[in-house]
Amino acid sequence: MPGFLGRINMIRRFVLDKKFILITGRTTKQAIGMHKGKSSPEYKFATNRAEMSVEDMKELGIADGQMVRLKNFDQAVDIPVFIAQLPSGMIFMPMGPVANCLIPADTRGTGMPPYKEQMVEVITI
Amino acid sequence: MKTIVENAVCTFCGCLCDDITARVEDGKIVKAKHACANGRGTFLDYDPAPKKPKISGKEVSWDEAIAECARILTKADSPLIYGLSSTAVEAQTKAVELADKIGAMIDTTSSVCHGPTGLAMQTVGEATCTLGEVRNRSDLVICWGCNPSEAHMRHFSRYSLMPKSKHLPNGRKDRDFYVVDVRPTKSSKIADHFIQVKPGSDYEVLMTLRALVQGKKIDAQEVGGVPIEELIHLAHAMKSCSFGAVLMGMGLTMTRSRDLGVSELFSLVADLNAFTRFSVVPMRGHSNVAGADQVMTWQTGYPFAVSFAKGYPQYGPGEFTAVDVLARKEADAAVIISSDPGAHFPREAAKALEEIPTIVLDPEENLTAKKARVFLPTACYGIDASGTYYRLDNISIRVQQILPTVRPTDKEVLVKIMEEMHLC
Repeated sequence: MPGFLGRINMIRRFVLDKKFILITGRTTKQAIGMHKGKSSPEYKFATNRAEMSVEDMKELGIADGQMVRLKNFDQAVDIPVFIAQLPSGMIFMPMGPVANCLIPADTRGTGMPPYKEQMVEVITI
Repeated sequence: MKTIVENAVCTFCGCLCDDITARVEDGKIVKAKHACANGRGTFLDYDPAPKKPKISGKEVSWDEAIAECARILTKADSPLIYGLSSTAVEAQTKAVELADKIGAMIDTTSSVCHGPTGLAMQTVGEATCTLGEVRNRSDLVICWGCNPSEAHMRHFSRYSLMPKSKHLPNGRKDRDFYVVDVRPTKSSKIADHFIQVKPGSDYEVLMTLRALVQGKKIDAQEVGGVPIEELIHLAHAMKSCSFGAVLMGMGLTMTRSRDLGVSELFSLVADLNAFTRFSVVPMRGHSNVAGADQVMTWQTGYPFAVSFAKGYPQYGPGEFTAVDVLARKEADAAVIISSDPGAHFPREAAKALEEIPTIVLDPEENLTAKKARVFLPTACYGIDASGTYYRLDNISIRVQQILPTVRPTDKEVLVKIMEEMHLC
């Protein structure tokens, strides 16, 4: 386990090397799935997905709905990725337990985790 | 047996739509007229049947469950109370009383929602208004970092975009509508103007707008990915409207600048009042998160992130906020009220919660409840319990029950726990 400074350097190197910013947020399907229960297929289907621009997917050679590995500086999730109207360099994930695997608990003294600013790497699998 | 309940209040989001007509058949709500997709789920997917509490996943009696809660909290040196935003003011008051009596840290979902908005408000103030004023007067509506079409689905039709009024007789046609966001959304698709900023650039864009509103000349050709002409056009629209309203959301609070970005927006709105009437309305997500802020503030002096460990309330965002407390493993027990941090906290904090004895009060057995030591299935305010809620613009609304109360309410359970601990 790296110490505090080692961890900060690891995060800095990661941010410099990678190019996708992860934005998490509410979607209608995620909210409707929540009413069915967070163990329901509707909720899992609504939250277990990522979205990218068609340009980025072409550049990385990813097909619509293909499984990819999203990785931050120390956590990773395998998830299907879908085409969406997004700017290049951005990944959107519906808020929920899958997206939160990639969100660190560092709140920079405010209480608010980086739900809309975490850098992630996309690895084709 | 069929009954119709008029003017029921939907307790899903901060809009608290109070025009729902609920149809009840055989003890269950089968139709919720006027409700949006989220509201319909709240009413129709709720199972009002009485449920037994659980200890470590096994059903037990209410007495056993309350005794276990008292045992956990009596043993704890540094308990955390968290949630509160989807329960009534009456229960929130009891939660603060419990925190006071056991020397706990208490935090609300504000800290992972509009906590930075609260920090900004404490720093520069907040020029705000009610949704009634937005509905009746606002000829310029700006959504900054929020997407009401998906998160507050009836906001546009009930309050901010479509309604006709004495001052806006043609409704939508009389309003100029801007969306500022980092990505196209369902809301931006119906906007008159969409300004797409680079992620993390809101602060620079807002600072530029403040300069433009004050008549300063900007040399840069673009700021935060936005051509300067678009910002000049927006600054002109802001100064020339009769009543402007900015609806702001987590696109500002969850990004790099957090409270500093929100402060800049609040300052811009304050500046604009030298030229016209302008207000900002934070788009609060949970149904009674505004009430949680109210109760915490009137009882402790602070809206969230409070510790009673020293015998008096101490305020510490970043120190007593739930994500920080859990990530640092500083809590040795937790009471979670009408909230699901197991689903919505960063994994590191959610995992820390699984490692300590946790008590969950919620109408549904959510992800946090499934891993809790004690789960207490309580009534749902607005469906089978009555209480007081605060709408997102801090207007208090009495929420009436539609079905008879069968389960105990959050308030009743918190009182029972305190009685068991001989605290009242």
